[in-house]
Amino acid sequence: MSRLKPEDLKQVKENTLKEMALREGGTTIKITVHMGTCGIAAGAKEVMEALMEEMAASGRKDIRVVGSGCMGMCSSEPNVTVERLGKEGVLYKHMDKNKMRQVFKRHVLLGEVQTDFALARMK
Amino acid sequence: MSTYRAEISVCSGKACRESGSHNLKEALEKELLRKGLNNEIRVTETQCNGFCAQGPLLKVEPEGTLYQKLKEEDIPKLVEEHLVKGEPVKRLFLKPASPPESVPAMEDIPFYSKQMLIVLKNRGVIDPESLEEYIARDGYVGASKALLNMTSEQIIQEVKTSGLRGRGGAGFSTGLKWEFASKSPGDVKYALCNADEGDPGAFMDRSVLEADPHAVLEGMVIAAKAIGAHQGYIYCRAEYPLAVKRLNLAIQQAKEAGLLGRDILGSGFDFDVEVYQGAGAFVCGEETALMQSIEGKRGMPRPRPPFPAQQGLWKKPTVLNNVETYANVPQIIQNGGTWYAGIGTATSKGTKVFALTGAVNNIGLVEVPMGITLREIIFDIGGGIPKKRKFKAVQLGGPSGGCVPERYLDTPVDYESIAKVGAIMGSGGMIVMNDQTCMVDMARFFMDFIQDESCGKCTPCREGTRRMLEILEKITQGRGEPEDIDVLEELSDMIRNSALCGLGQTGPNPVLSTLQYFRDEYEAHIYEKRCPARRCAALVKFEVNADLCTKCGICSRSCPSGAIEWKKREPAVIVKEKCVKCLSCITNCPADAIL
Repeated sequence: MSRLKPEDLKQVKENTLKEMALREGGTTIKITVHMGTCGIAAGAKEVMEALMEEMAASGRKDIRVVGSGCMGMCSSEPNVTVERLGKEGVLYKHMDKNKMRQVFKRHVLLGEVQTDFALARMK
Repeated sequence: MSTYRAEISVCSGKACRESGSHNLKEALEKELLRKGLNNEIRVTETQCNGFCAQGPLLKVEPEGTLYQKLKEEDIPKLVEEHLVKGEPVKRLFLKPASPPESVPAMEDIPFYSKQMLIVLKNRGVIDPESLEEYIARDGYVGASKALLNMTSEQIIQEVKTSGLRGRGGAGFSTGLKWEFASKSPGDVKYALCNADEGDPGAFMDRSVLEADPHAVLEGMVIAAKAIGAHQGYIYCRAEYPLAVKRLNLAIQQAKEAGLLGRDILGSGFDFDVEVYQGAGAFVCGEETALMQSIEGKRGMPRPRPPFPAQQGLWKKPTVLNNVETYANVPQIIQNGGTWYAGIGTATSKGTKVFALTGAVNNIGLVEVPMGITLREIIFDIGGGIPKKRKFKAVQLGGPSGGCVPERYLDTPVDYESIAKVGAIMGSGGMIVMNDQTCMVDMARFFMDFIQDESCGKCTPCREGTRRMLEILEKITQGRGEPEDIDVLEELSDMIRNSALCGLGQTGPNPVLSTLQYFRDEYEAHIYEKRCPARRCAALVKFEVNADLCTKCGICSRSCPSGAIEWKKREPAVIVKEKCVKCLSCITNCPADAIL
């Protein structure tokens, strides 16, 4: 990023929010893998690898995968959040490779919330 | 070409293959051959069905029945019932997912709804490696306001108005600390961040640094402006590699964007930050030892005064704040001190982050408004004690802190109330203990930690804590003598009053607070040679009380050395020759039947 002036902060904020937002024609689905030390220790890296494999196989360009920090409930790690355009987000708990594959194929691609692995719905 | 009356397709997706679909297919083919059905029923492979966590999966056509989590031994039954008798095996069906509404909303889960996020407002929401995403959540707005529109006096006044107190544990007013450093004469000053989190069971700072490193940097920029510092260091323990990595990346990004370094945001103010990695000595979390360590000397405390605000790092005026304290600052500047002071109690403002751990269902990082009760944190947010065990005490503040028993659980969380019941707010470690914890053993654990981490500079801490540990070890091994309690109290008093730094002065606290609330346990160890919680192996008989034994066999299964003989409908028997006294039977026995 080039050097910022105070008035640039607002512009960066607006641009980034636009980029982060789910919208028709752009990113319609966002998958967050929570990768704090607690998540990684519980297997978040393997979850991320399985997710990237599925992403590559799907060839979808409208899905964004991001890494983030811990959501707080370390005992439910690895956590993954799936947000689809116009739908409530879902926070998944105790994920592993196969649960991630299932969530990707059934929830991300087909819209069926995999309630067995879900911890919470979020606005 | 022959026709088949049914087709069984085995999922050949990667997940199902990993969970053994190939063996399943072979077993199926063998079974069909054995039953002579191989000409009627065809076995094929199919692409992934998407139920990867329920694999291996089988689909039976023409009905389209899906079976989940199959094992080879399920195959004969499945072939016999479904394909011979025509009765699908319901037990093995793929279970349909319940409707999405059955998942609780986040605001209905006490773990989330009772929290209040200020320091952790970006946790799990932003990518900690993206400066843009931090800015998108109003990042660097506070720094911009402080650098361009406020004088250093105004910043300090705002922080004083907020009532923010040091989150490292001592709870000194942050605004006052800054004011002292600001008024100290000198053109070279330093702003330091203490990220040398070392209390057993504490991980607040790590989590903040990993989830939101820019918030700490922004807080430091504001503090630097307030006191007139142009150089800062973050003293982070090397055992936090991910935190160090993300901090360094954040520093690099901030420098490139002109948010650190020369002429920040065009304001003309310069401030640079470096990460200094600590080698894991607990005493280096003490402010004077921390500064010695950055100077390249052995990390040992020195007497105060002079206080760091007058003579700190390299004898220059220095402010040292904890990670969490700094992470509060940007929002205080952005929203005003009055906003922050509106949260919390009369003397303790804002929120506090706790690392909730131990015998509690929801282990994790929680941020709560000051004034919430310990009971709410442990039982609502933490979800209570697992395995139907009873709550015994909660340990606050690590080796410098104390424990709070059940009867004081309604104590509100603020610096003064917690101190009144014999513990300290501390940096936020909160270890929940159930009735299986021996309080003497717990005190021994912390004393072991303290004497191990004592730097050895002053005699009371170096020698005194070692003597206390020896006495505690003696008691837990069943060799306690009646005068031991008095000697412990005497030594505690002496160390508290004569040790050089906080580590020694607070070191006896775990012993004193357990003596205050659980003196009977000390007495049981010493006079009756009995450990009420049955954690001190030397005082446990390792015998099964046949009247209490429910004959469940859990002890036998949990024994790693095969020392417990158990038959159905008979009480278990421990073979003492084989027993290694690991206590796993006692931990797991649901009836507390092992004496």
